[in-house]
Amino acid sequence: MLGFGVERLRADMNRLLALLFHQGVLDEQFLQLQQLQDETSPNFVSEVVNIYFHESEKLLRNLRGLLLDREFSDYKKMGIHINQFMGSSSSIGAKRIRNICVAFRAASEQNNRAGCLRALELLEHEYCYLKNKFHELFQMEQQRLLAAGARYPVQN
Amino acid sequence: METEDQTLVQDCTTENLEPSPVQDEYAPVIFSQETVSHIVSIDMMSGKEDRGNILRARASGKGVLTSPFKLLKSNHLGVVLTFAVYKTDLPLRAAPEERIKATVGYLGASYDVPSLVEKLLHQLASKQTIVVNVYDTTDASLPINMYGPNITDTGLLHISNLDFGDPARKHEMHCRFKQRPPLPWTAILASVGILVITLLLGHIFHAAVNRIAKVEDDFRKMEDLKSRAEAADRAKSQFLATVSHEIRTPMNGVLGMLQMLMDTDLDANQQDYAQTAHDSGKDLISLINEVLDQAKIESGRLELETVPFNLRTILDNVLSLFSGKSCEKGIELAVYVSYQVPEVIIGDPGRFRQTITNLVGNSIKFTNDKGHVFVSVHVVDELWVGPLGVGDEVLRQGPSNTLSGFPVVNRWKSWENFKILNSTEEKIRLLVTVEDTGVGIPLDAQSRIFTPFMQADSSTSRTYGGTGIGLSVSNCLVNLMEGEIGFVSEPGIGSTFSFTAAFGIGEMISQETKWQKNEISVSEFEGLRALVVDGRTIRAEVVRYHLRRLGISVDVAFSLEYACSYISSSCNGSESAHVAMVLVDRDSWSIETDPTFHNLLEEFRELSRTKYPECPPKIFLLSKTLSSTECHELKSAASVDGIILKPLRLSILVACFQEALGIGKKKLSLSNKRKLPTLENLLKGKRILVVDDNKVNRRVAEGTLKKYGAFVLCVESGKAAIPMLEPPHNFDACFMDLQMPEMDGFEATRQIREMEYKFNEKIEGGEASREMFGNVGSWHTPILAMTADLIQANNEECMKCGMDDYVSKPFEEEQLYSAVARFYQSG
Repeated sequence: MLGFGVERLRADMNRLLALLFHQGVLDEQFLQLQQLQDETSPNFVSEVVNIYFHESEKLLRNLRGLLLDREFSDYKKMGIHINQFMGSSSSIGAKRIRNICVAFRAASEQNNRAGCLRALELLEHEYCYLKNKFHELFQMEQQRLLAAGARYPVQN
Repeated sequence: METEDQTLVQDCTTENLEPSPVQDEYAPVIFSQETVSHIVSIDMMSGKEDRGNILRARASGKGVLTSPFKLLKSNHLGVVLTFAVYKTDLPLRAAPEERIKATVGYLGASYDVPSLVEKLLHQLASKQTIVVNVYDTTDASLPINMYGPNITDTGLLHISNLDFGDPARKHEMHCRFKQRPPLPWTAILASVGILVITLLLGHIFHAAVNRIAKVEDDFRKMEDLKSRAEAADRAKSQFLATVSHEIRTPMNGVLGMLQMLMDTDLDANQQDYAQTAHDSGKDLISLINEVLDQAKIESGRLELETVPFNLRTILDNVLSLFSGKSCEKGIELAVYVSYQVPEVIIGDPGRFRQTITNLVGNSIKFTNDKGHVFVSVHVVDELWVGPLGVGDEVLRQGPSNTLSGFPVVNRWKSWENFKILNSTEEKIRLLVTVEDTGVGIPLDAQSRIFTPFMQADSSTSRTYGGTGIGLSVSNCLVNLMEGEIGFVSEPGIGSTFSFTAAFGIGEMISQETKWQKNEISVSEFEGLRALVVDGRTIRAEVVRYHLRRLGISVDVAFSLEYACSYISSSCNGSESAHVAMVLVDRDSWSIETDPTFHNLLEEFRELSRTKYPECPPKIFLLSKTLSSTECHELKSAASVDGIILKPLRLSILVACFQEALGIGKKKLSLSNKRKLPTLENLLKGKRILVVDDNKVNRRVAEGTLKKYGAFVLCVESGKAAIPMLEPPHNFDACFMDLQMPEMDGFEATRQIREMEYKFNEKIEGGEASREMFGNVGSWHTPILAMTADLIQANNEECMKCGMDDYVSKPFEEEQLYSAVARFYQSG
């Protein structure tokens, strides 16, 4: 009974990942990340993703703060933040977010405040979506581990 | 007055003359020429003609001629011309009476026409004999012939007028050739000849022109046909190429996917299945190629390659291809290669394999549910019976001594018609035999089985399938390999096909190269000993052949009883007699039929345990097909340690032995992921500093580099990195992010290089000893730039500030490898 659930969970996880790939939310870099996870670092992926969320939230807050300021003129500083966000998104394979960052950067280089605002909104939207999906994945992962754990004694 | 005149009386001879009678007038001749002196004193008026002439002459005053008459003395025909001589000058229109009054005398001349003409003719002497006729033609209707023979008309006639001076008379001379002129043969012949020659020339010319026209016509037709044939050939080639491309493309897709599947993590079984599927796909492609080969052979464009290859491996591959099918049909499939066949031979492995695949495929196709298909390879020199008879068991093949026990045809007959059955110095000739216990080939079809698209029977395709080109392609290939192919077949018993082929002798591949190529390493089984229990000699020989390839020496026992006696009788404690494994054939495993078998088995186990307490021999069961339940039962009942499914292949044997004897499992994982070891080799144990302001990037870089076995330290900024890279330090490399706030990668690297430069100067200047700086003479830490934006990473700019290379962020394995390899090649 428990064994049956493991398979189902794994299938569900794979389906979700496939969906994310299909939508272009994630790319192969995420797969590479998964490959880095093994017995020596069993929680690598979740670790990295958590760091990413942490950093990203900080960056997004900063960006929003900058743009909301009416006398805002320091596009250079915004550019630095955007670069950082872009860099970390590439590292974990968040393709869509990275692409939006590229557009954001272009808008900031042209000192286009409206464009920047628009990009920021998109960014926040995408980021929320990604965060939710990752949470789903991690939940399923935890459940799977729990379910799989019951099997251990039988196997040699 | 008397006048002289000359006139001749018509028919008068001198002797007959009499004195003239008294007349009124007389005209005697007073003077005459000497030639006509006989007419002196002859009265010219006595002749009638003459008289008329004289009278006419004196009346007219002109010259008058007589008509021809015979002259005196000569009697020739002639004419006389008479002139009157007058006393006084007469006016021109004087009256005749006046003329007569004035006449004094007469003057006459006689013309002796014949002599005249003759004299003339004399002067005109010519070659031809001319016939002359003189005619008096005063009266046209009655010409008087004065001279010349009577007419014989001989053709051409020349007529000329003679004018003696008297207008009243006409004379003509006719001249002709006496003989008709002969036909001008020369002229005729010449002209006829020329005509003929001209005709002939014309004919030749005409014929030549005709011929040229015809040849040109033919040429044009041929050109047309040639271009059509070329177009057809091109179309065929294009069609074949297109078809093959269309089929090959999806096949390659399938094969590619299978390859990718094999690169992922699979266990031994899955790997084997995927490998077989991959090989089957490859063989499907080769089937397509076979059809293309037929086309190529027809146009004579097939060529063989000459590369070294291992014959036994090829045969194993062929076996794996057919293992499924033979298991399905319940036929036993086995291969045997004689020890005299060298390990490596030079030839075309693909074509050789194709031939064998064709023959084995045919055998399997036509053998149903009983018996065997047995492939054996020998060197032709083994056929010559030495003093001890043919050494090889398989070759000897007695009537009931066959692989599966079913009768087969006599294989020696299949090569009895071969002409060349010996090897030479450079080329070794092998004899391959494919024997089966199938339905056989009907006798009437045996003569045409090598013809393309010919099958034994029209129903063959329906019943057995196939296109009928396999054997003809094999025939051609065998001929290309300088061999001969033959067969013997009896309906109801089976068929045996044999062929010879010439190969070069290759050099032995060392064990090292074999291992590097990831082939099965045989060294772990070297020197072991095995016991084979099988009632059939040939089958036991096959097992012996396979085990010998692994370096295992083999003894054969015919049944379990013999095995027991063998174990108990072998010497105690000698290493060489230690039996590591026992392979029992299913047929000898009569656990169901023989009640005593179980006891026998127990006894055997006891004996082996007492004999070899540390390492009792493992028992393997060799079987054609076993359902999974049977497998489980046998395994779980612990009566056997492993089950080996036939057809025997090296890979299967090795896998089973490894599993049972627990040797060498590591190799499986090494075969995957071939790239990692090299990057791992480069980075293993190296200490790397990662500089990046982004926490996520730091973590990912760290994780990636750790995967390759490196020790990683991360710092947040360039500022923090500089003191870390101050010599002496332990870092082997540094990965530096370019886009960092406060101090970017360029600036940081510049400062680090400056630092290193200063220290190097100090060492060289002798101000500081090498030991102080970790015994390194010249500090240069490899610094690699990490950049998300490859375009922005200007190579020049990187190099200017002292960086060694750049990689992309996030890491790409190949790029990373090539960048790192550049440093660590020499070390």
